[in-house]
Amino acid sequence: MCSLALFPPPLPSGQTTLCESNNELLSRTSTEDLHKQESSPLSLYFPRESLKLHSRTESSSKAAFLDHSETLWMRSAAAWRDGGFTGLLNEITNSHAEVPPWLSVSSGCILALLRKVSSFHGSLFPHLTLSSEDMIAEFSQVLNWSDCVVRAFAWHPHTDKFAVALLDDSIKIYNPKSTTTPTLKHRLQRSVAAVQWKPLCASALAVACQNCLLVWHVDPCSLSTRPSSGCAQVLSHPGHSPVTSIAWSPSGSLLVSASPMDTAMMVWDVALESCVPLQRVGGGGVSFLSWSPDGSHVLASTPSALFRVWETRMWTCERWPCVKGRCQSGCWSPDGSRLLFTVQGEMVIYALTFTDAPAGVTTCTSKGPQAAAAVADLSETTFNTPDGDIIVGGEIQSLCWDPTGERLAVLLKGDPQAADRPAIIAVFKTRTSPIFELLPCGFVQGEPGEEPRLMQFHPNFQHGAQLTVCWSSGIITHVPFYFLSAGVPHLGLSGSPSLPRPQARPADFANQSLFTELIS
Amino acid sequence: MSAHDDMFSAEQSCWFVRKVICWRAAASVAWAVLLLPPITAAFVILSRFNLLHPIQTISECLSLLTSASAVFSLILLCGVILVVGFLNLEYYTVIPTIACSKIALLGQLLHPRQLLNSLVHSIMGMIVAWCCAINIGGRYETLGYPCPQSDGSDGSPQMCLNEYHLALLLAGAFVGFSHSLLGVIHNMNYVSFHTVQQYKYLRFKGSLPLVVKCSATQALYSIRNYIVVYFFLGYIPKAWLCKTLNLDSNSSAHPLDSIAGLLDLTLLYHMWISASFLLFTWHITLLLFRIFVTEVYSFPVQSSFTEDAHQCLSKVLADKQPMILKFLALQDLALLSQHSPSRRGEVFSLSQPGGHPHNWNAISRECLSLLTDLTQRLVIYHDTVATNGRAKSLSTGSERRTSSETSAQRVPLTAPFTPDLDSPFASPALRRLTAPVEQCSPWFGTVQSPHVMRRVPKLWSTSTDSQVNGSPQSSPASVPSPKQEASKPSLLAQFLQNRKEQLPEASSQALFADSQAHIWALEGLSYLVQASFSEDQFGVVQTTLPSILSSMLVLQEAVDRHFKLPHASSKPVRSSGSMGDSTHKTLRFALRATLKTAIYRITTTFGDHLKAIQMSAEHRKRLQQFLEYKE
Repeated sequence: MCSLALFPPPLPSGQTTLCESNNELLSRTSTEDLHKQESSPLSLYFPRESLKLHSRTESSSKAAFLDHSETLWMRSAAAWRDGGFTGLLNEITNSHAEVPPWLSVSSGCILALLRKVSSFHGSLFPHLTLSSEDMIAEFSQVLNWSDCVVRAFAWHPHTDKFAVALLDDSIKIYNPKSTTTPTLKHRLQRSVAAVQWKPLCASALAVACQNCLLVWHVDPCSLSTRPSSGCAQVLSHPGHSPVTSIAWSPSGSLLVSASPMDTAMMVWDVALESCVPLQRVGGGGVSFLSWSPDGSHVLASTPSALFRVWETRMWTCERWPCVKGRCQSGCWSPDGSRLLFTVQGEMVIYALTFTDAPAGVTTCTSKGPQAAAAVADLSETTFNTPDGDIIVGGEIQSLCWDPTGERLAVLLKGDPQAADRPAIIAVFKTRTSPIFELLPCGFVQGEPGEEPRLMQFHPNFQHGAQLTVCWSSGIITHVPFYFLSAGVPHLGLSGSPSLPRPQARPADFANQSLFTELIS
Repeated sequence: MSAHDDMFSAEQSCWFVRKVICWRAAASVAWAVLLLPPITAAFVILSRFNLLHPIQTISECLSLLTSASAVFSLILLCGVILVVGFLNLEYYTVIPTIACSKIALLGQLLHPRQLLNSLVHSIMGMIVAWCCAINIGGRYETLGYPCPQSDGSDGSPQMCLNEYHLALLLAGAFVGFSHSLLGVIHNMNYVSFHTVQQYKYLRFKGSLPLVVKCSATQALYSIRNYIVVYFFLGYIPKAWLCKTLNLDSNSSAHPLDSIAGLLDLTLLYHMWISASFLLFTWHITLLLFRIFVTEVYSFPVQSSFTEDAHQCLSKVLADKQPMILKFLALQDLALLSQHSPSRRGEVFSLSQPGGHPHNWNAISRECLSLLTDLTQRLVIYHDTVATNGRAKSLSTGSERRTSSETSAQRVPLTAPFTPDLDSPFASPALRRLTAPVEQCSPWFGTVQSPHVMRRVPKLWSTSTDSQVNGSPQSSPASVPSPKQEASKPSLLAQFLQNRKEQLPEASSQALFADSQAHIWALEGLSYLVQASFSEDQFGVVQTTLPSILSSMLVLQEAVDRHFKLPHASSKPVRSSGSMGDSTHKTLRFALRATLKTAIYRITTTFGDHLKAIQMSAEHRKRLQQFLEYKE
């Protein structure tokens, strides 16, 4: 089992990670990098001040108007419209001067009863008492989501474009081959928790919003910088909000969405705009989804100490209860056979191995492993650096596995209060043969005072892997890892995806072990 | 089975309908019957529940449920479920019938087959309502009761009409009738296939809350409409019954067709819960039927025995009838191409003596012919619209103005009602009121869009697969010839002109009504081509790859052109609260998305190798767009 003690020490303050080359992470000092930043077209900087934040909230406009005395009926109707049944009860209870006393008393009693019941329900599932913003922040894969300038990021699975969701609820699409950067805004696009491009499609972008799910169709040839909201499909289902996680099937046909408030996970046929709720009680909701790259399984973690692994042929699931906390993050190996996940409150990466059913046998239940194996220990480790001791390790915010399956990035939460415990990205090398193991690669660090918030690997980087990191300052950088991959199909095509992996992996592990043995 | 095709194909369709579909239908009905006792028990408890005496209620209910009358009513209900199941099997279709104008919809509603259906549903509704009356008991139990005021002046006490019983029975008949009408409007007989495969039990469990919800809401609306009808017309059946059965109407009790009588909350509750019970049992039967019929059927890719050869996937795909067989075969093809490497291997295999890729050839030929068929349909439609579109829209515009004046003068009563004809909550009573006006026109069925004209035989005959199910096919002679009523024909013509083409999306929907087949064909082909990159040892796919790509690209062009037409890309309003499946309304979007994904699937797999394929310059340009992810 790999641990952080085997890692090379973090860089001294003032140095940032540049890339991995010849099996070591290269760095540069932050003074020389300004012109380099600009030379890379995809490195972006979103200053917090430049974003125009709207301060509108739904209820705030009420105070600006004079109090107008309406009849009880009007107020009741308005309360019913705005607040539903509880709003109506509230209104009746509050206007006890106008209604008969028995009505106000009984509605007060019903209200109290409802509150008792909901607080009991909330005591079973504490997350249900959170507001939807807090809930997104709690279950998002982004570190400290509510304070993030870049709230979500998604590479297109086949081309070099990406979408960035910003703090002001707009989404920008950057394409190095095009000068236009479309900005997507929609009335319903609030508190974006996740964005993802549809595979095998040039234009469709799914956005998980506070109240609904939006699917934008952004024509790549269009010169428009502000696509109209008519380009967005709104998918919503009663009770299914806020949406905190979405995942497209790798074949591009289905989209699953999850909300911690809803025990059902929705499987959408986006074009038909129809959804199938997959309801399982237990867990109190679904917080995080991840579809395996081969399309056979979906990881669905719940806010409780339980996660499920669905197989996507007949949509049955395996329950995986955890001991300590909920499953915080997870990622799949490129062939879909291995799942790495982390549990809240533990500092360990676990692995689950799924073996395919033998060919020709149409068993629909996936026969998985019996228990998860711990593959890496990320407990706190102290490194001595010239700037003093730095403690690295602790709980894990998110995991990211590159499409070739050779680099694993782990975003460690750190401690925002303590200066010597920064949030940091630890990168592992992964090896599948002879046994699956993680080997240390190094830490990815940014400018002083910045912490990583969000990371994603480029889906088809030609020369190894490329990690895109969104920093707390609003900067997006790309850290390439140059290596020769054993698994890349040598098709010699530009823009060819890693999706179909036709050739069986050649047993060409000589390169790989050469690299890894140098360090370990 | 109508003996129309040649014997061989009739025999083939026989085996599937006989061996699979009938058994599936029977299984679904059996489950519905098994579910009936618990549903009835729930109904009895809900209908008799008394908050003040809960224990007494339950004991009463238990004793009632074991009584002879309850058992008899249960048997009757089972009979009703059997009939409903039979009607489901008889009327179901995998290709929805889409009315392109309001007149066509009216034609569907007044079709003799549909009238028969409505009649049967009304009778069954009345039977269920009678069972409900028995189960609720109390004042609903019998049709007649001894009059309170006639204290045996002569030997036999005078019997009075129990209006509560009558109202409940009529409510059942009305709900049954409106259920069958709504079935036509919402295409409730359309069986759609789900993209997400689930086990039958889980699917049933998942859709149960929806069924409960929509039964309750539909019951609410039906009862609302019923009350209106009963308020105005309730005296007719009452007087008729009193006359024929020689009953007295009790003058001392409140008559129910008055405002005071209908404001009886208990009565309303009982009517509503009876209607909900009725609709719930029928919807459950329908739901089970849909779930069982659409279950995946795995066809053998090739058979080693010649007598089973007609059951092979390649043979079954080529069958025209029954449609359900073709659909299930295409579904199986789409699934095997995605999930089953061993069955894909069989598709790519060569025949043992001879070395011909018969399986692949047959499958790809069939899928390609489906795609070509759709392309041609789209091109023809586009040409029709392009030639008539402009002139027609001008004329309708001018006529609409005149007709709105004339209709306002002539038929002030119907004018406010007619726009609601297809609204789900429009009262069927109003619908019936408006019906005669349109029916008695000499232009009935002739004033239709060119597209509808081409579909006329389909509108009046039954849909394709119901013929195969052995229904009596209505011959053209049995088409109700509209009465020639020469009163003010020009006004009526203009009125009808106004009514036609009022469902602008509908022609687009109708064009893509069977697109589920095309979607599967596209998925199947593209997944097979993708798999062939690594799995096809003999290169059988390579030979057809150019034609697959070109037919997909041609279709893509046709679809793109179609979506540029007005109304084609407008999204339909989603109605969620009904059992009718509205997926057919968005099938064209699904087809467009699947088509793009299918082309991308091939281009991403083969990449620049596609440049070696022979194709026209235009297609190459188009393909290049896909290779650069610019579509």
